Amino acid sequence: MMDVNAFTAVLAAGAFAAGFVGALTGLGGGVVIVPLLVIALGVDVRYAIGASLVSVIATSSGAASAYVREGFSNIRVGMFLEIATTLGALSGATLASHVPVNGLAIIFGLTLMYSAYASGHRANGVDQQSVPDRLSTALRLDSTFPTPDGQQSYHVRRVPTGFGLMYLAGVLSGLLGIGSGAVKVLAMDQAMRLPFKVSTTTSNFMIGVTAAASAGIYLRRGYIDPGLAMPVVLGVLLGSIVGARVLTTAKTPWLRTIFTWVIVALALQMLYDGITGML
Amino acid sequence: MPEVKPAWTDEAFDALLGRVLQAGVLLSAVVVLCGGAIYLLRHGTSAPAYQMFRGEPGDLTSVGGIVADARALSGRGLIQLGLLLLIATPIARVVISVVGFFRQRDWTYVVITLVVLVLLAYSLTSG
Repeated sequence: MMDVNAFTAVLAAGAFAAGFVGALTGLGGGVVIVPLLVIALGVDVRYAIGASLVSVIATSSGAASAYVREGFSNIRVGMFLEIATTLGALSGATLASHVPVNGLAIIFGLTLMYSAYASGHRANGVDQQSVPDRLSTALRLDSTFPTPDGQQSYHVRRVPTGFGLMYLAGVLSGLLGIGSGAVKVLAMDQAMRLPFKVSTTTSNFMIGVTAAASAGIYLRRGYIDPGLAMPVVLGVLLGSIVGARVLTTAKTPWLRTIFTWVIVALALQMLYDGITGML
Repeated sequence: MPEVKPAWTDEAFDALLGRVLQAGVLLSAVVVLCGGAIYLLRHGTSAPAYQMFRGEPGDLTSVGGIVADARALSGRGLIQLGLLLLIATPIARVVISVVGFFRQRDWTYVVITLVVLVLLAYSLTSG
């Protein structure tokens, strides 16, 4: 039996890995933290969700501080869509006490399986030359991002679809205590056709606000334990800083492959937990 | 700090947002680290008990209780204070965004950001 010192060391190491992957993919560390705590360390799901939520804020804010300054994140897209995610987080937290969470985990797992399939089949950058969208022009969402060949401009597409998907991301965040980075990236990457690095980093930027909306509620419900959250937050933070350094130099196809496999793993995890009634 | 800035560019705005996020995370990490050191020195050799959910005691679930525990230099209280600072960081970022869009005279985004802030305040004070 591990004592608190050993338990803390194991958690900090696992959290470092989670933060690294979370920053690279825009998924947030919570994706890896909950399975690590529940399956590997036998922690109650409610404590795991609480620790996961705060780690998600740490990952988002730690990595976002670097991306925002490097000009990858689209602040206007992020702010506009945060209306949808915070509204969703409110709905999700309200729904949480009425809907069986294992049923939702199964639906979420299936949705992510489809998303991983769709993500692997998207032709990259096909309509970057497309005509500007009226709504995104009115909201001044179109922007530029840095490439090795200088600033490249892009148009934002299908704003209402993206907004709807973001609401869903918020609902899942409020329900399951995760950042829902996967759904956020899919909304921006697939529906709104943002460049992959822009959608990943803007997602990271948004996750903090979405998670903060749920974290206050979880704190007051007594789900956030300091002894558990301490190594998780510190480990995730360090991992996300290292992950952010790698992202700015990493090639996008490599990133997309890792992203797809993380989604598959997440989907299987959600399905397994849902079917066995573990959540 | 300069009083008047004629034009607040997107770049300057991004840089400020980045610094706010960084400062908030750094501050909370330092507080969590100090609390963690105290906690491990006092409880490092006891057995962890997270298999069964009991919920946190009342003093660790409210701002007042957490601040009181932290002032008494309780390890768990200090960690929880650090976590509160972490939760406050993205909220501070939204507040800064309101000011930033206001100074850019970007009224659409002042309204959008205020809506986010109101939703955030609502979710943190009810439910």
